[in-house]
Amino acid sequence: MKKYILTGTLAVLLTFGGLSVPALAGPEDVVVENAWSRASIGMNRPGAAYMAIRNTGDEPVTLIGLTTPLAMMPEIHETKTNAEGVSSMSPAGEIAIAPGESVALEPGGLHAMLMRLKEPMTEGDTFPLTLLFDDGGEVTVHVPILGIAARGPED
Amino acid sequence: MRRRAILGYGAAGVGAVALMLFVGWWQVDGPGGPEPVGQRPMALTEMDFRLTDHEGNAVGPETLIGRPTMVFFGFTYCPDVCPTTLSDISGWLDDLGDEADEMNVVFITVDPERDTVEAMAEYVGYFHPGIRGWTGPEEQIARVADGFRATYERVPAESGDYTMNHTASVFLFAASGRFVTMIDYHEPKEFAVPKIRRALEEEMEGAT
Ligand SMILES: [Cu+2]
Repeated sequence: MKKYILTGTLAVLLTFGGLSVPALAGPEDVVVENAWSRASIGMNRPGAAYMAIRNTGDEPVTLIGLTTPLAMMPEIHETKTNAEGVSSMSPAGEIAIAPGESVALEPGGLHAMLMRLKEPMTEGDTFPLTLLFDDGGEVTVHVPILGIAARGPED
Repeated sequence: MRRRAILGYGAAGVGAVALMLFVGWWQVDGPGGPEPVGQRPMALTEMDFRLTDHEGNAVGPETLIGRPTMVFFGFTYCPDVCPTTLSDISGWLDDLGDEADEMNVVFITVDPERDTVEAMAEYVGYFHPGIRGWTGPEEQIARVADGFRATYERVPAESGDYTMNHTASVFLFAASGRFVTMIDYHEPKEFAVPKIRRALEEEMEGAT
């Protein structure tokens, strides 16, 4: 059984820890940390967001999709680079996270691909991104938008 | 009769598809395509292409001779690999400090349809000021990639747009134009910066 209340204490702790805020409703077993994204140039180019998703519970969870008011087609993507050094990107499908495990969305690997932006991503803003799980659970993260040349959550 | 007309269209369609496949094969794998990857890039002195930099200047391989050179292929609609690599390169250049001023650093688009001179200018402006952005007609981009033994491919995306698969390694050349080595995608700084120093030192040896 998963619990669907995110305690205020956890949110506050994470806020003061300088991490992104896993917000409002969601399985409390899922903790999202170090979320960040890069600013966009206008709205024609897709954006990407990164974070670590940790399953602190004792049952597996499966991430099945994303929603955000920022983009019409948010989707988990994976970048792969082959032996010849050629990089390509494609939808990653469902992502299972075992109890106690975490999945990293980071440059050059998994990313939240934000296709068809509804508004430009402006440095200094944040946007809500909701992770959808197969049991109907949801976790909303407020993702900070850093500069276009940002390399990680601290930049 | 109608049936025949449909058959006619069908045959034309099959013919068109076959032609497209043939053209695709010719450009990607066939005699019209780049040499198999894994080969060493040509020396800059052996390359021949004409592009435009992000300030509108005509440029070519000869623009790069005389200083060590770092080249990366990508496109500005790339959300993950390209900004990451350009940020990595910016970090390496910061590490090199004054030495970085002695290098050419060029980001060449594989998506000239969307990456106009203006688009390149805006994009490179967000990274290290030493990075130049080059674009040009599709057939010239193909020649560049051929010389570097780099590959790229346009892939339709679910959003209705398209994305580009492309070689994501960073190429290093000595001031003479000779190919020195490659930095793999996302290679840690501890490996990347010494490789760049090697390209810089080759210049010294050539000069003495
Ligand atoms: Cu993607």
